[in-house]
Formats: sequence, C-alpha cells, structure tokens
Amino acid sequence: MNLFRKHPSLPVFLGLLAAFVLAVTLMSEAAGAGLVSTSFVKTLGKTLCLCLIALAMDLVWGYTGILSLGHFAFFGLGGYMIGMWLMYARTETIVEASLASGALPPTPQEVQDAIATQIFGVVGASDLPAIWSLAGSLPAQLALVVLVPAALAAVFGWLAFRARVTGVYLSILTQAMTLALALWLFQNDSGLRGNNGLSGLQNIPGLEQHGQDLVSLWFFWASALALGLGYLGAQWLVSGKFGSVIRAIRDDEARVRFLGYPVEGFKLFVFVLTAVVAGLAGALYYPQAGIVNPAELAPIASIYLAVWVAIGGRGRLYGAVIGAAFVSLVSTWFTGGNAPDIPLGGYTLHWVDWWQVLLGLSFVAVTLYAPRGIGGLFDLLAGLRAPNRRGAPLGPDQGALQEKEADA
Amino acid sequence: MSTLLEVSGVSVTFDGFRAINNLSFSIAEGELRAVIGPNGAGKTTFMDIVTGKTRPDSGRVLFGEKSVDLLRLSEARIARAGVGRKFQRPTVFEDQTVAENLMLALRAHRAPWRVLFWRPKPADHARIAELAAEVGLSDQLPRKAGELSHGQKQWLEIGMLLAQEPRLLLVDEPAAGMTGPEREHTTDLLVSLARSRAVVVVEHDMEFVRRLACKVTVLHEGSVLAEGSLDHVTANPAVIDVYLGRG
Amino acid sequence: MTDFLTFLRAALLGVLVLMAAQMAAAQDPAAPGTPAPTAQPAPETAPEPPGTTAEMAPLAALIAENARQIAKPSRKTIGPVIDAIAAAPGPQTQAFLEAWADKRLGRRKADGALFVLEKAGPDWRLIDPATGATAGTAPKDDIAQLRPNSGVRGLIASALVRFQLSDPDPARRGAALDALARTASAENLGPLRASLPGETDPELAARKARLERMLTLRFDPDPAARVAAIESFSGDLGLDVRAALNPLVATTRIAATAPPAGANIAAELVPGRDIDKAAAYALLVEAGLAPPRLSAADRRAALEAHVENGAVGGVPLADLDDEDARERAYAGLVSAGLARPAATAAEVDARLAAYRFFDIHAEADPAVTDAARATLDHIEMKVGAMQGLDLGLDALSLASIYFLAAIGLAITFGVMGVINMAHGEFIMMGAYTGYVVQQFVTDYTLSILIALPLAFGVTFAAGVAMERLVIRHLYNRPLETLLATFGISIALQQVAKNVFGTQARPLTAPGWLDGAWVMNDVVSISYIRIAIFVLALIFLGFFLWLMKRTRLGLEVRAVTQNPAMAASMGIKPDRINMLTFGLGSGIAGIAGVAIGLFAKVTSELGQDYIVQSFMTVVVGGVGNIWGTLAGAAMIGGLQKGIEWFNPSNTLAAQTYMIVFIIIFIQFRPRGIIALRGRAAGD
Repeated sequence: MNLFRKHPSLPVFLGLLAAFVLAVTLMSEAAGAGLVSTSFVKTLGKTLCLCLIALAMDLVWGYTGILSLGHFAFFGLGGYMIGMWLMYARTETIVEASLASGALPPTPQEVQDAIATQIFGVVGASDLPAIWSLAGSLPAQLALVVLVPAALAAVFGWLAFRARVTGVYLSILTQAMTLALALWLFQNDSGLRGNNGLSGLQNIPGLEQHGQDLVSLWFFWASALALGLGYLGAQWLVSGKFGSVIRAIRDDEARVRFLGYPVEGFKLFVFVLTAVVAGLAGALYYPQAGIVNPAELAPIASIYLAVWVAIGGRGRLYGAVIGAAFVSLVSTWFTGGNAPDIPLGGYTLHWVDWWQVLLGLSFVAVTLYAPRGIGGLFDLLAGLRAPNRRGAPLGPDQGALQEKEADA
Repeated sequence: MSTLLEVSGVSVTFDGFRAINNLSFSIAEGELRAVIGPNGAGKTTFMDIVTGKTRPDSGRVLFGEKSVDLLRLSEARIARAGVGRKFQRPTVFEDQTVAENLMLALRAHRAPWRVLFWRPKPADHARIAELAAEVGLSDQLPRKAGELSHGQKQWLEIGMLLAQEPRLLLVDEPAAGMTGPEREHTTDLLVSLARSRAVVVVEHDMEFVRRLACKVTVLHEGSVLAEGSLDHVTANPAVIDVYLGRG
Repeated sequence: MTDFLTFLRAALLGVLVLMAAQMAAAQDPAAPGTPAPTAQPAPETAPEPPGTTAEMAPLAALIAENARQIAKPSRKTIGPVIDAIAAAPGPQTQAFLEAWADKRLGRRKADGALFVLEKAGPDWRLIDPATGATAGTAPKDDIAQLRPNSGVRGLIASALVRFQLSDPDPARRGAALDALARTASAENLGPLRASLPGETDPELAARKARLERMLTLRFDPDPAARVAAIESFSGDLGLDVRAALNPLVATTRIAATAPPAGANIAAELVPGRDIDKAAAYALLVEAGLAPPRLSAADRRAALEAHVENGAVGGVPLADLDDEDARERAYAGLVSAGLARPAATAAEVDARLAAYRFFDIHAEADPAVTDAARATLDHIEMKVGAMQGLDLGLDALSLASIYFLAAIGLAITFGVMGVINMAHGEFIMMGAYTGYVVQQFVTDYTLSILIALPLAFGVTFAAGVAMERLVIRHLYNRPLETLLATFGISIALQQVAKNVFGTQARPLTAPGWLDGAWVMNDVVSISYIRIAIFVLALIFLGFFLWLMKRTRLGLEVRAVTQNPAMAASMGIKPDRINMLTFGLGSGIAGIAGVAIGLFAKVTSELGQDYIVQSFMTVVVGGVGNIWGTLAGAAMIGGLQKGIEWFNPSNTLAAQTYMIVFIIIFIQFRPRGIIALRGRAAGD
C-alpha cells in the first residue's frame, strides 16, 4: 500500500506490536507458560491504552499545536461510560440471584430498586439517577463512550476556538475544563458515586466462567488492536492533505486562514476526534484497572500525558507511543519498589520517594536539551539532520515546532 | 471594466488613533494598482480590513459582481471568495516541502471533511509542476520550504497565491529585501499576474512602482490623497508636501 | 483541594448556625397555654425598701398552710406553692426561699412547724421563717432537715430570680437576667417590670428593658401591649428576638371538614397545589380519618404470607413478577378475607375532597401573629441584607487570597509571557519557610515577622535560580516553558513530601489574630482574613509604587512593551527578566506564609491555589495589576455568590464557576483588562 511505502516506520511499528502481542500471549499464564503474570499482562494492556491516548495527544498537540491539558477528561469519561454498564450488569446478576431466593418472583421495579440500592448505598442514595437509564444496555453505553467525550469536546472546543483562544490561554482553559469535570464528579449527587467512583470493573458480566488470566489477555489483545488501528488511522490522517493543513495550523494559523481554510473547523475536528480516541482508550483501560474515580480526571493526569508525548518526541506518532510506554513502565518499575535503593552515607535514597523528582528534572532536561525526545534518537541513527534555520522556530505560533524538533 | 472591489467610507480607530479615515476607492476587474504612502498612512491596515483581519468601525467593502460585503465574512471565507494576500515577510510553511505548500494552496474544497478524503489526482500533480515552473522552483519541489533562500520563499508564496487562483491579489511590499535581479523577476511576475486578475501592490519604493507602470493611489493619514498615473500624482503639490514634508 | 474546601465550609458555618438556630426556634413549642392568673403583675409592694416593717401574715399563713407540701415537696405539684410564697410580700420571703433551696430548712418533729436552721454547737438554732426572729434552739434529733431534690431546688431558684433582679450586687442582677432570659416565663414578667425603675446601671437597665419587651410580647395578657412590644423589635438582628418571635408564627397543620371555629388560621391548603397529595392523605391517616394506603412492601409481605400451593389469591406464583398480577392477587386475598382492604386511588381522592386542610397558628390572636409576621419579615429582610454584607466580606477576603496568590503569576506572565506552573510550589515553599521559622522562634508574632521577609528571600532565590537555569533558554516558547516548569513543580512537590512528610504541618497565627471582628449576630469576619486583606492592599500599593515610581519599574514596563527597543536603550532585558521572575516568586512566598496561617501546610498546598490563580490571571487580563485585582475580585465574588445559591455543595459551586469562566472568556478572550504588548499576542 502507498501509505506503507511512504512511511517505513508504519510497517515496523505494526510488526513490532504484533510480535510483542504474540510474545506476551505465549508467555502468559493463560497459555500455561506463566512467565508473565496476569497482573503484568494487565499492566501491559493498560500501557497500550495509555499509548493510544498519547497518540491522540500527539495529534492534537504535536500536529495541530493545541497543548490540551484536559484530554484525560475524555479518557476518564470513556471509562465512566463503560463502567456504568459493567457495574449495572454485574449488579443485576447478583441482585437477580439474591431476589430469586425470595418467596415471590421480583418485579422489574424491584430489581431496579435493588440494583440502585446496591450501587448507590455507598453515597447514601437509593434511586437510580436519570443518567443511568441506559446503563442496562451495552450497545447504548458503548455508543456513549464515543458520544459523551465527543459532545463535551465539541461544546468546549466550539466555544474556545470560536473565541480564538490560543496558546497558554487555551491550555489553562482545558485544564480548567478537566478540573471542573473532576470536581463535579467528586460530589455525591453527581450520580456517579462521588469519590468512590465505579469499581469492580474487572469482572466482566457474561464472562464470569473464564478466569482473569484469560480475560486480561483478551483485553490486552483488544488494546493492542485498538492501538494498531489507531496508529494506522493517525498515520493515514497526518500523511494526507489534512495532515498538511493541521501542521500548517500549528506553525502559522493566520496564514492558513488567508489560504481559505476554516481553521476553527479543523481544530474542532481534531479536538473532537482525539477526544473520541481518548474515550475509547479509557473504555479499554478501566476494565483492566478495575476502578475509575474522579481523581483520574485531575488536571495533573493530563499534564503527565503532555510529558509522555514530549519525552517521546512530539510531532511524530511513534514518539508519542514510545514516550507513553517508556515513562509509564519505568514509572511503574520505580514506584513499585523494584529499583535498588542507593545508600548515600547517612541517607538512603529510596526510589519510591525520589522517582518523581527524577522524572520532573529529566522532563526539564528533555525540554531544554532534547526537544525531539526519545524519537530524536531514531533520526540520529538514520543520520537525519534538521534544517538549519539559525535557531528560529518554524512558525510564529506558540504551538509551532522548534527548529530542533523538526524532522528532516 | 467592471468594479471588482469597492471600499466606501471605511474608518477604523485603534485606541483613539484614527488609522483609516473615511477611506473610499475602487479597483476594477483585472487592474494592476499601486498603493503608496508614507509610514502610518494606513496601507497595511487597509489590507487587513479587506482580508478580514481587522474589523472597521464603519463603512462597507463590496466585492465581486454580486457585491458581497466582505466585512461580514471571516478571513477564510474572504480568501475563498477570491481575495489572496501576500505578506511583507515571506510566509510559507517551513516544515513542509515546496510541493506540500503548493498543494495546500491549490484550489479545492476547504472544509475539514472534504480535505480529509482529498487525494491528489494526476491533474493536480501536473498543476503543481506547472506552478513551480512558473515561479522558477521546479527543481526545489521535494525540498523543505524552510531551506529555501529569502527570494525563493517570496516566489513560493507567489506560487501559492497563483495556486489559490484569486480574483484580487493584495501584495504587501514585494520588493523589500530583494536583490536587483530578484526584483526584476518579481516585477515580471506581478505584471504577468495582473493579466488574469486584479492586483493591488502596496509599495514604498518609487522606482519599483515606476517599473510597474500602472495607476497609483496615494494614501495619507488614512484617506486617499491623490490618484492617477505616477507622473500625475508626483506632480501633485499635496503629495510633494507630504513626502518632502516628512523628509 | 479538600483543605481549601474545609476552609470555605468554615466560612459558611456562621450562616448555617444562624439557620439552625432559627429552625430550632421554629420547632420550640409555644407556651401560650399557661394559665392567666399567674401572669398578673406582681403587687407594687414587692421591692420594698429595706428597713420598713412589712406585713408578716401572708408569708406565715402560706408557710403554715403548705407546711406538709414544703416538707415533702414533689417536683410536679410544688410549683404553685413556690409561686404563691414567692409572691408573698416582705423581706423574709427571699430568705425563706434561699434557706429552703440551701437545705437550711427544718421541720420540728413535735408539731410540724418549719424553721430556718442555723448551727449552734451541737444543736440547731431555730429562726422563725416569717419574722426572722430566733425561736430558741433544739437538739438535732428533734428536727428533720429538709432536703428538696434538685428539681424542686431548680423551681425555687427560678422563683428567687425576681428577688435577685433587685439585688444590690450588679453581677447578681446580671446573672438573674441571664437566668430569666433562659427560662422565660410569664411569672417573671411582673417582677422584671417592677425592678425596672430602680435599676441604676445603664447597661443592665437596657438589658432589663429589652427582656421586658421580650417577655411582654409573649406573655402580656393585653394584645395591644404585645403588638407594641413585637413592633418595637422591628429590624432587631438579635438571635433571641427571632427565637421569641418564631413560636408566635408557628403553625400546626390540621385536616377538618370546616374551618375550626375561633382558630387563628394562617392559611388554607389545597391538596395538590399547596400541599402534596400524599402528605395530605398521610395527615388524614394520622388523624384517624382515613385508612392507610398499602405500601409495596406491605403488599409484598401480605402476599408472601399467603402462598398456598404455588399461588397467592388465585394467581400463580410465577406470574407475580408484575405489578398488575400482584394487584390482582392482593384483591384475591382481600375478597377471601385474608388481608385488610387498602384505600384505592379513587378512595384517596374522595377522602381528600371531603376534607379541608388548614395551617393553624398556635397563637390565638391574629393581631399578634400578623404583627409578629410583619416584624419577622422586616427582620429577615434586614438579616438578608446583612448576610449579603457578610457574603461580600467573605468574597472580599477570598479575593484578597486569590490576589495574593495570583499577583506573582500575573507579573511573570505579564512581563515575560511565561506561565510558571511551579508558582504553586513557591507558595508552598513560603508556607514551609514559615513552619521552619516557627520551629526555631517560638514567639508567634516574632516568627511571622521573620518568616515574611525570609519567605520572600527563599522564593526570590528559587525564582532567580529557575529563571537562570531553565526559563532563560525557553523565551518565546510559552508552551515549552509551561511544561518545563511543570517538571520543576512535580519535583519540588515530591522533595517537600520527602523532607516534611505527607502530614500537614501547622503554621500558627499569633494570638492577636485569633477571633473575629463581630459586627452583629450576622456579620463577622476573622482577624486573619482582615490581615490578609491588609496584606493584599499593601502589595497592591507596593507594586504600584514599584512600577510607577522606581527605575526598575520603568525598565520593566519598557521591556514589557518593546524588548528590542528597551535593549537598544541600554536596558538589559536579561537582568529585568531575572529580577521580575524573582519578584513574582518572592511574592508567592509571602502569599504562602499568609495562606499557611489558615490552611494546612502540606506539599499539595500550592496545587489547591494554582488553578484559581491561573484563572484570576486569565480572567483579569495579563500585564496589568488592576486586571489581576479585577480578576481576583470576580473569581472570589463569583465563587461566594454561587455558594450562596447552593451552600451545601462547594464542589458544584466550583464547577459552575469554572464553566462560567469558560463562557466569560468567549466574550473577553484577553481578560477584563486587555493589554497590548509582548504578552498580548498581537
């Protein structure tokens, strides 16, 4: 295919992904090998989902120049939407089993009341909020996984882009958006169980007869498939004229306007599209994590997302994926207490405590000295050099690429 | 010749400073026009108003035979209606190749959904090659625009304007910072452009304007001071006063 | 964020306490049922000046008449006796009651006569209670000492209050007034009135007059007097007034076929319009006027109790997963006589139509209730205005906090176009500096005075270091700066966590900042908030002086407006940027000390303020101190305003505020006060 020929990184990426999936599958507990524990399969599956949202972040920031500090809001919403079905359907099975032992067969109303009490007892409510009216239907909630993030992104994006809010203003507004959403979800009467969030999501209704080792492997496959498709789609998107337009918007949006392109429309399109991708990534992530709560939507999560993309190298798709995978796995390794402590005479440096400091500082270092991030290493290997523009960025806009960031 | 652009009674104020004061004049279809004036006469603001970058306080800007009011349109809509603009500094997309730059400018649907599924046809590639030849960048097509020289970027931008196929082209100080031969090439380009469309050149350099050999409008303090051939306006005592009086 | 919310909640507490008090007062049962005779004004002779000879007969007769009761008093029946004795004139009355309450009363076993006892060696000296004359001594065995229980002693004490009202000791008079105000009763009105003219202490006189009106409005038999007393309180903000007036307008809800005769009807309620139909029916059920409706749970229990051969009331068990089927089954049970018939919807409607529903005032006199209603309305209006003022003060103090937190950010953003994500951590550093200083300097006033400049110094140095090491390399790359400073922010936060632990550290305010400035029962503001407001004012002044009156300010403004031109005039933009950044960070440090005084000092302190600070800057517009001030005022006012509408839910209030700001940006994308310049973008 033309796309594969034009972008040699694409077949390499997809091939590596396939090989990785195969290797993990063969080494998993479900395959009997047991070299990779079920919990680690879950970690890997979650990491793939994070790679997918990093891909979305790269599209919106690296390619379109919108530094969104709110994309985890869409990720979390995706998780909430699928979580509603998971929780409702699972509670329904439990409730039906317990009511079946009563003297009378339960009415639908009694079943629903019991489900509501079961789910909302923890926040002192016993009514099913209106937003749960579709929770019993998997197709409806799957549709909401796409529609809710898309609607939020569309409304917010329409307001923000229409007012020509750009640069750091836009970043702060997106941050405010995710904070507002998190605060709203934190209250008990939001109808989504306040700070308890939705839990027990790892138990998939209808798949109870299969062990977690198998189910987690299925989710791992699904995450890998989503990432592969997402990567393919993103590559297709950015390699055509559309990609050319959004990169032009990133570097000099006023000029694009004078070419006759509706810049706001393009930004909105990318914003909504990436919100949907983020929602889907979240819908795959949280059943593997088992719980989704408002803390997941805190502004800091979205900033970390930008950190991953920056460390991986923005403006190149594999950079985002590498950044997300590298930082989140290394983070797991350090915070999991696996890194050896370093004795410093009177003080022992515990990585559990100091990893954040290292991450923060290495992030500063990457921003200062290696704007191309890890992805830049590939250019180095391939002997590619950025065009010499005597230190000037590639466009007047705040999101424009720096001279050192551009690939040759 | 029918009127293509009609500016009437336009005024705009920035923080109490009247940049454009009841400005009225018109451009005919296919006309080449030079707009000159001292610094602060409102030349660039005039272009900003026509292209939608600045909204005037009062007045009308009518365009085309349907007399569309440009003041009601967004920048992008104005561009799509057929007004192209060339900035003083060459503005091309440095991170993209010459071919990609031209492809962006090529006349086609501009809506995101249409752009998403747009794929270049052989005719489009041919048109790009033709444009590149016209501005003398044929062998630079796969190069990144950021690597071009200053003059080459100017030509690429003119090439992009040609690809846009505007009916009215606004050119802001095209000769600034150019070497002698580059100037000549630019003059030829502009004159040939004016054969198929209206071109308004804002310029400082009298010598350059003389070479264009066209009608001249002199702006001063935001309104028209004089209009006519270059010899006619330079003989005008008010114009002499303004130019000499300012040194 | 939670700490911050706790603080906000504390600010709201005042209002809530008021509301709770009002509600409690409304539920207080009214006491107009008290029989009238005791409410008669006391005889004029009560405050007899000492020295005059008083009639002795009434007291002696009363004591003799009730000797048995006095000797063995019962909490339930002794009340009238005590009241009668207390009403007896003469100087001995008080002495007798005091002796009784102090267990210094004895009964001579031989004849049952009562005496006040005094120790006389191994014997008792007997004193005639009516005359105060000594009546010889008696051995202890002959006398039964009276030991009234605490309930009776309480009754005696409240009867004694009227005597204490005229006590020569002002402190005792004050205590008596307190007691009277607590146990307002009709009997006390007379003695209180009688004590009014003799009161010499102006403060006590005012209190007595106020209490007199308070008792008048409740207990005076003359409605005109009550109405006058009620109206005299118009606009009084005291909680006690509302507590006294609320019972007057309290209503009970009744169902009847016709308006009850002679009742003071507050309103008639139409079911479905003024009163919920279910509630109206419940009222009928409660009054025994209608059979209760059948709840789903009751029906279910009835059905479960009568399962026979896999069916209930003729309906197969398997079909009972449906409302209609259960209805039919229950009907089957009823017709078989196994369950009681339940009211159907039609019956309910019929019953409701047969009755009328009224809110009846417990207070019988409509003139009084109307006056009370009008006065309460007036008071409530005034309370509302005062609460508005209180809210305004709250908003002002919140705005000062945001202003302090945001001003440093506004400076760095305005002058350099740099968003400093680590700004919150500088606030945190300031707060921890204050904490560390307090570990060494134990005097709180002194430690705060040391901490303020020290915090400025520490964060100034940190800011300059950050500018030199990081930000300098990222000029004109605001988004990269944002991310790099975020990296510093998470590093600093974790360092603070590692050094100081996750536990909250106290930063104690000096004693003179404790407490609050109380204007009246509604409006009060804590001294710490006033101090923060003053601090914000000082910074506003300092900043204006710095920018308008100093060489540095001039250079900063020059660099802000045109860095290239400024550089060519010999100003070093590098130096200006460094100093500006240091200054902005230093102010954050001082804000940290101020915030630490009322919020918990944790490593996440800065995070709680950073988003609000950003929004203050964005809403206000960059590069202009007045913009920051306007932004802080708007955010603070908005937040308090939204909380006013929804006081129970500060989280939702914050959500709405952010949504409002996002919409606000639509109309003023560059903030309230937009500036043209380097940071303005165009």
